[in-house]
Amino acid sequence: MTKAAELAKMGEVLTNSQIGGRRNIVINGGMQCSQRSTSATGVGASNGVFPCVDRMKIMAGTTAGRLTMSQVADVHDGFANALKFDCTTADTSIAADEFFILRTLFEGQDLQQIKKGTSDAEKLTLSFYVKGNASATYTCELEDRDNSRYNSQEFSVTTSWTRVVKTFLADTTGSFGDDNAESLAINFWLHSGSTYTGGTHTDNVWHTTNNQRVGDNQTSIFDSTDREFFITGIQLEVGEQATPFEHRSFGEELALCQRYYYQSADNLAGGVGQGGMWFGENINTTECFGPGNNFPVTMRATPTVVIYDNSGTAGAAHTLGTGDVTGITVGSISNRGFAKISKSGGLTDERQMGAQFTATAEL
Amino acid sequence: MNITNITNIKHIEDLKGNKEGIQCVIDGVPSSVPLDPANTDYQAIQEWVAEGNTIEDAD
Repeated sequence: MTKAAELAKMGEVLTNSQIGGRRNIVINGGMQCSQRSTSATGVGASNGVFPCVDRMKIMAGTTAGRLTMSQVADVHDGFANALKFDCTTADTSIAADEFFILRTLFEGQDLQQIKKGTSDAEKLTLSFYVKGNASATYTCELEDRDNSRYNSQEFSVTTSWTRVVKTFLADTTGSFGDDNAESLAINFWLHSGSTYTGGTHTDNVWHTTNNQRVGDNQTSIFDSTDREFFITGIQLEVGEQATPFEHRSFGEELALCQRYYYQSADNLAGGVGQGGMWFGENINTTECFGPGNNFPVTMRATPTVVIYDNSGTAGAAHTLGTGDVTGITVGSISNRGFAKISKSGGLTDERQMGAQFTATAEL
Repeated sequence: MNITNITNIKHIEDLKGNKEGIQCVIDGVPSSVPLDPANTDYQAIQEWVAEGNTIEDAD
C-alpha cells in the first residue's frame, strides 16, 4: 500500500465511521478452512453445493463441463492457500441457460453498515488474487439477493498472481434485510450462456437485467481441459480504498465458518473412538437422548444434521457394546446442538449410543 | 440447495406423533432437516411442496 493510499484510507475511515476494527466482510477469503475435504471431483454436476473450501458455494446450471475443486498450498503475497479449479471435462457448446459461478454469501444483519437503499449508501471495494494456466477474462459481481439487483465488472487473469481491485458504486435502491437470511452474494462468473451474456454489459452499474450481468469478453473455464483458475485473498470492504488483505488466525476463521457448517471429526468414518462425537442413552427402544449443546458456535439457523456410525455410514449410529444401527433420524435440533436420535422400535433400551455428525446451516 | 438433489422425503415424528423434522436423502446422504424456515434444505422442500408434492408420513 502506498503512502498516498494509506492517507486516503485514513481520511475515508474518519468520514465513514469505520475506524479500525474488522475491515473484511468475507469469511475464509484466504481459503484457510476446508472442513469437508480438500478436494472434490466432478464439480459442475450439482447446483447450490459446497464441495470443499468453506463458505465457497458452487452454482452450476445445465453445463456438461466438470472440474476438480481443491484447496491447494500456493505461497505468495503472504498467503499459504488458494482455491483451485482444474477443468476435467470441457463444454464448448454453451446453451443459453448454462452457468458456473463461484459464490460466497452474506447475512443481511452483517451488512447494515453499507446503508444500502438509502441516500447515504456506501461504495464497496472488492479485491482478490487470481492466476490461471493462460490469460482469461471473467466477471465478478455483487448480487443484491433481497432486491434482485446486480453490479458486475470484468477482470483479467494471467499466469502470474495478480491482485484485482474493483470498487462498486453505492446503491441507493433496495435495502438489505436485518436478519440471518442471505442478502448479498459475491459471484465469480466463470462460464455462462446468452441468458446472462446476451445484452450489452457495462461495468459498475446497478441494474436488474439478467442478460447484462456477464462481461462481453468472458472466457469459459470449460473451454479446454487445460484450463485452470486459482483464487485467494477475497476481501470486501466498505469504501473505495482497497486495504491490504486482513489476515485472521486459523482458529478465528474456523469459528466464523462453523456458524454455517460443522463436522464433529476430520474423519467422519473414524467412529466414536475419536473425540468430538455425540453421545446419548436410550430411554426406550425408540429414542436416545443426550446433551443438546454440542455445536462449538451458535449456528446461523437450525442446521440439517447427518450422523455417522463407526463404519462411516450416514443415517446410522453406534450402540456401545453391540454395534452399528442404520436408519436413524435426528430430532430436537436447535442452532446450538441436537438432543435426540431415534429409530422406531429399533434401539436397545438402556444402552448408550454414539455418532459422529455434520451440521449444515449454509446460506 | 436444489430440490432435485433431495429425495425420499418423509416426516419425523416424536412418540406423541408430533412432527419434529423431515428425513430425506440429500445428494445421496440420509439427512435430518429441521422445521426451520431459515434452513435452506427446508426452504427447498417447501418449494417442492408448493408445487403440489406431498411429504410422506413418518415410518
